[in-house]
Amino acid sequence: MGTYLVRRSLLMILTLFGISVVIFTLLRVVPGNVVDILFEAAGFVDEAEKAQIEKDLGLDRPLYVQYASWIAGLAQGDLGYSYASEKPAIEEIAPRIPVTTKLAVLALLFSVIMGVPLGVISAVRQNSGVDYMFRLVSLSGLSFPSFWLGLLTLMVFVGATGNLPIYDAETESFWDALLMYSVPAAIVGFRSSALIMRLTRSSMLEVMRQDYIRTARAKGASRNSVNYRHALRNALLPVVTIVGIEAAFLIGGLIVTETVFNIPGIARFLVEAIQWRDYPIVQNLVMFAAVVVVVVNFIVDLLYAVLDPRIRYGD
Amino acid sequence: MATDAENADHSARLAKAGAHVDSKLGELVFLAKRYPLGAIGALIVAVFVFAALFAELITIHDPLDTDAELSLTAPGAEHWLGADNFGRDVYSRIVFGARISLAVGLGSTLLGCLLGVVLGLVSGYMSGWVDLVVQRVSDIMQALPLLVLALVMAAALGPSLENTIIAIAIPIIPHVARVIRANTLALREQPFVEAARAVGMSDFRIAVRHVLPNTLAPLIVLGTAQLGSAILTEASLSFLGLGIPEPFPSWGRMLSESAAEYVRTAPWLVIFPGLAISLVVFGTNLMGDALRDLLDPRQRT
Repeated sequence: MGTYLVRRSLLMILTLFGISVVIFTLLRVVPGNVVDILFEAAGFVDEAEKAQIEKDLGLDRPLYVQYASWIAGLAQGDLGYSYASEKPAIEEIAPRIPVTTKLAVLALLFSVIMGVPLGVISAVRQNSGVDYMFRLVSLSGLSFPSFWLGLLTLMVFVGATGNLPIYDAETESFWDALLMYSVPAAIVGFRSSALIMRLTRSSMLEVMRQDYIRTARAKGASRNSVNYRHALRNALLPVVTIVGIEAAFLIGGLIVTETVFNIPGIARFLVEAIQWRDYPIVQNLVMFAAVVVVVVNFIVDLLYAVLDPRIRYGD
Repeated sequence: MATDAENADHSARLAKAGAHVDSKLGELVFLAKRYPLGAIGALIVAVFVFAALFAELITIHDPLDTDAELSLTAPGAEHWLGADNFGRDVYSRIVFGARISLAVGLGSTLLGCLLGVVLGLVSGYMSGWVDLVVQRVSDIMQALPLLVLALVMAAALGPSLENTIIAIAIPIIPHVARVIRANTLALREQPFVEAARAVGMSDFRIAVRHVLPNTLAPLIVLGTAQLGSAILTEASLSFLGLGIPEPFPSWGRMLSESAAEYVRTAPWLVIFPGLAISLVVFGTNLMGDALRDLLDPRQRT
């Protein structure tokens, strides 16, 4: 286990390093930087002024110097300055993180609460009407764009109250916040619940075909006892692995949903920053997303070994 | 590229499943009965393909014609699905939008699959340092959420139809490469590959003539699954303003124009384009599930 941990950690660092190079390069090969966009908005180009701004922002330095200074800054917790607001990037990013975290946690909860039971029922009653209905529900979760579901929800909300909901970073009470965030979280989570449901169903079907299940039935255990005490426990193991995939999945849903609902989180902020070519914000946010995905997958791998005694990493 | 042997095998399997088929049509009917959901999916996709191919024939209004007087007309006899804020016919825009949506979906899926197959074959067949590099690069690409990677790519390349296709194709590559590599690794040890090597066939010829055809089934399954997700990604990118530029009628873009402000006044601008996206992706996913059950028995649920 020890060797495995070290190897896996090194690989994780290598991956993150690779990601930082990829993001940095992608953003620098863009035709047109923030200065061009500023001048485009202004409607004229002043070459001297343009050169001066590029110098102030450090854009005139060689690329490897820019990269090195970004990484060196990261190591010291210095994320650089936002081009758009000229404030330290950390001050722009930090207050938006809790908003998105709340949304993501609620979405994950929703997807598990909905996905697991539906998957289990679907498997237990394979090929029944209920099974077909649940499978169609989960497939629609994978097929309907979450921004459309968000717009439809807004439509219903406006129809009922006459106003659009407003999302502030500071809400009054815990319950208000929970109520407010639960709607967009359910929309984000619906898509992920489809993944969980499908995996739970196939994993459950797989387990139900095993010999020990037949043995349990043969010795007289009731159908329910076999399904829920023998099968479900083992069927849920592989479901844990999907949380790693979920992390990447959720981020995509958060981006569009925060945009639709005008929620001031980091996911919507990423889109704004990309549109503005605000490199310090974009590269740090994308890096943040990558760290979340990589670390979650790392934890899931370890968790899997802890939960499943058949898996022992290393030596 | 089905060989006679494969055809015989396929017919034998059908016969075993209780089908008495002697024609292509009979086979199709049998499959449709066996996979009703897949058949419905194929039908939905066929309708959209038809709309995309014959858009000019089934619309009256030009999707780009603006008319201030018609701004925000409700659905009616003349404009079946209403008109948008510029007075453009929503029905025409949705029909022509099918062209964009399918072109981007198919284009990026094919491009991603093609590059993924090449990388997967090379890395599985050559192994060694090539394999190591391809694997680590795949790790890196897969650590970035699909939409985030596509967003950054789209922003880096600039808004255009071709660039949107490339931006969506890139995240598909590592997925396909992984699957093809795993298959290649398994196939490489098969007796028929050894036999080919024994008679002196070149590595390239073995990879293309013997390994590649045997990875087609999982490739088709994976490709269909990616198609739906590619169409969704295009819609999301266009919705966020980083996908298909004006004047192309893109479903995602139609929703971003009409977003929150028309939710109140013109619900048809929100309902119909979203319905089109949902239906076509739903169709491809239904089809994909049926294809997986048919071609990839290992994953059958």
